[in-house]
Amino acid sequence: MRTQTYELNMGPQHPSTHGVLRVILELDGETVIRAKPVVGYLHRGIEKICESKSYPQVLPYADRLDYLHSMGNALGLCQTVEKLMGVEVPERAEYIRVIMAELSRIASHQIFLGSLVGECGALTGFVFAIRDRERILDLFDMACGARMTFHYIRYGGVVQDLPEGWVEACRKFLDDFDGMMETYRNLLVGNEILQARLKGIAVLSAERALAMSASGGVLRASGVNYDVRKAEPYGIYNRFDFDVPLGTVGDSWDRMMVRLGEMEQAARIVRQALDQMPEGPVMAKVPKLIKPPPGEIYHHVENSKGDLGYYLVSDGSPKPYRLHVRRPAFVNLQLLDELCRGYLLADVVPILGTLDPVLGEVDC
Amino acid sequence: MSENLFAKLTEHQLSDLAGLGCQLDGEGACLLTVPAERLLAVMKMLRDDVASSMNYLGDITAVDRGEAGFEIIYQLFSVTRGVKATVKVKVPKDKPEVPSVVSLWPGADWMEREAYDLMGVTFAGHPELKRILLDEDFAGHPLRKDFRMQPRE
Amino acid sequence: MPNDDILLRIGASLRELFAGVLPGPDAVDVAMYFVALIACVALIFTNAVILILAERKVAGFMQSRLGPHRLGPYGMFQTVADVIKLLTKEDYRPQGVDKWVWAMAPVVLFVPPVMVYAVLPFGKNLVPVDLNIGIFYFVAVSSVATIAFLMAGWGSNNKYSVIGGMRAVAQMVSYEIPLVFSILGVVMLTGSLQTSVIVEKQSGIWFILLQPVAFVIYLIAAAAETNRMPFDLVEGESEIIAGPFTEYSGMRWAMFFLAEYASLFAVSAIASTLFLGGWHGPSFLPGWVWFLGKTYVMIFVFMWVRWTFPRLRVDQLMALCWKYLIPVSLANILITGIGIFAYRAMGG
Repeated sequence: MRTQTYELNMGPQHPSTHGVLRVILELDGETVIRAKPVVGYLHRGIEKICESKSYPQVLPYADRLDYLHSMGNALGLCQTVEKLMGVEVPERAEYIRVIMAELSRIASHQIFLGSLVGECGALTGFVFAIRDRERILDLFDMACGARMTFHYIRYGGVVQDLPEGWVEACRKFLDDFDGMMETYRNLLVGNEILQARLKGIAVLSAERALAMSASGGVLRASGVNYDVRKAEPYGIYNRFDFDVPLGTVGDSWDRMMVRLGEMEQAARIVRQALDQMPEGPVMAKVPKLIKPPPGEIYHHVENSKGDLGYYLVSDGSPKPYRLHVRRPAFVNLQLLDELCRGYLLADVVPILGTLDPVLGEVDC
Repeated sequence: MSENLFAKLTEHQLSDLAGLGCQLDGEGACLLTVPAERLLAVMKMLRDDVASSMNYLGDITAVDRGEAGFEIIYQLFSVTRGVKATVKVKVPKDKPEVPSVVSLWPGADWMEREAYDLMGVTFAGHPELKRILLDEDFAGHPLRKDFRMQPRE
Repeated sequence: MPNDDILLRIGASLRELFAGVLPGPDAVDVAMYFVALIACVALIFTNAVILILAERKVAGFMQSRLGPHRLGPYGMFQTVADVIKLLTKEDYRPQGVDKWVWAMAPVVLFVPPVMVYAVLPFGKNLVPVDLNIGIFYFVAVSSVATIAFLMAGWGSNNKYSVIGGMRAVAQMVSYEIPLVFSILGVVMLTGSLQTSVIVEKQSGIWFILLQPVAFVIYLIAAAAETNRMPFDLVEGESEIIAGPFTEYSGMRWAMFFLAEYASLFAVSAIASTLFLGGWHGPSFLPGWVWFLGKTYVMIFVFMWVRWTFPRLRVDQLMALCWKYLIPVSLANILITGIGIFAYRAMGG
């Protein structure tokens, strides 16, 4: 019998492509022959916009890259500019930044976990993850009045000190966090069907992951110990005691478990930061007009999606001459094609889920 | 903690790099400036050499320096040895072309496509050098300094 | 005793009424069947409204949220409002669909669950049509739904729909086998295919105790037959959007929903008939209340499962059916046979 493959256009309007990603699938029945991601539907030209904005105006755009880990993005950009200007950030601000970035990481991974299991069909798991994430958003709301795009971390520190009762609220959240992880492990990780759906699927070898410049949980699930927080500690990350969860196989399951482990480690960092946090100012003396000296700098941080880098070229003017963002989700998304090949249509969505792209970041 | 690449290299290797036409700037940034035609040889040496083994390509980007042409900047890391380096290639304005490093790091694929799309730098030897973020029929390369932005109607 | 039953009294008085108006007993019988049909359709519609609300409430309960709660007490009128909204929606037909196939699919899908209601033993003497091959009829009629899914999938002229339609066929045809085999265990015990007889025989002991394996297989296969979680690959909204339903909107789409809940009720009712003793229960409540109560418990179980489990992949779904359910159900039939033989040999 003569058979032929067919093309299936998945997205940009599709319930589970994490935004406006388009994947052109070539299918043989339900088996994937090729999965070609097409990106750019959310391209806003942030890099170009930034060239015509002053530095303080640039900062809110960082929040809008990976809108699930806004704090981490802003942290990276602030540190890049501070590094070029040689600004010393006050101790307390450093701690607040770490707390915010790590809480943001937990929230981002909760979305990752929830959407992954939701895409496998366990909608209750999704709702549970979203419900627990709400606690973190409430904490952010308390600290800066926003829930998604915060603009809280600024050049030289953070915009305002933590309000009264925030530390207690955060500790309360951390106390409940163990229970949340317990729920995830019981309800989702322990589920036979989820294990069958994810184990042994889309195996990525360590060599390939490195060659493809993968980063974050995708790289570490393949067993490569590369975390910017450890490899090149920025801010005050060298003061904290935390582990880098690693996978062994590099399949979808490992990619999920690594993220679960990272959530626990993030909570561990927040606990230590809360204990060590000193009193004091939260904003360094930064000139009103931010004009970094001419020069160029590459600074990268460990975002929830991976290795987020900023390449900043300054010509001494109040506007960046060139700001390039190395978006981990963009680079990781290249892997989609080779990971999907030979698996079934139903695997494409969980594989995409474990790559964890956020289209705001991919398309920049 | 990442260290400076040059501290790890032997005299012999440094002179090899210099022989390939590299300018080494060890102060602070650990910057190698490489002529475009030697890029692949230098990159291959950096990747495969036991002493450096820069096995992780962090980033590729391009900067428009106006009349001075374009700079293409590569960020390299060694995951195993914890060293980093920045490789810079300068190309003239009228012929912005560098060899593609996809053969060394397949992950460079989309990074090079993005640089081509937004900056108009061509990467010779790239398997599929097409626009990635912008529309196929978009005219011009928006991150170039001479790109005229359309006023909003 | 049965005269206490309000439904039976209504039936008896209607029969008297018809006997006065209509010529001959045959005409009265036809009229009574007609009344039963109307009653069944009314039950399906009102029940679907209740079940959709119940599903959303159960989902809310499982997911620690409230579910619909704005319209009326406990959001009771939410589904009513939804139905009105769907009814008043534009009847939109996408370009390029196969007009007739596409338009007929929701109707065809709606037919089998309605027909199954004919043999549901709601209570003693309360079977709309007490066929002597009632269970066989249920199995035969519910297979028709497969064609409706294929029609919707093919007629929509949409690749997602076709994939969903093909999945539906593969899944429903495969799972019919364990479904039938699990029913066979019960049928062997009773020696009858008549639903009322099967219930009658459970006056002593419910068959769930004699046939626990068959009950579990029936549950799994029925969930697959009705395309419910964890077997809702046909819809599989994360992969194929809504499968065969993708191109439908308004009331046509609502017909699919209606059919889904009608067949959910039907398979739950058959489960309570076969395994849970049907209308049997303490006599302070009429039989049909017990029957409906057991059916709703079964429906709750299906909802519970739906909001707990992730979805299987298509190959795993087939493996579960062919590698596990069918051998186990065959073994169950064998053991049942040996058991019956031994029981008879011992002179039981």
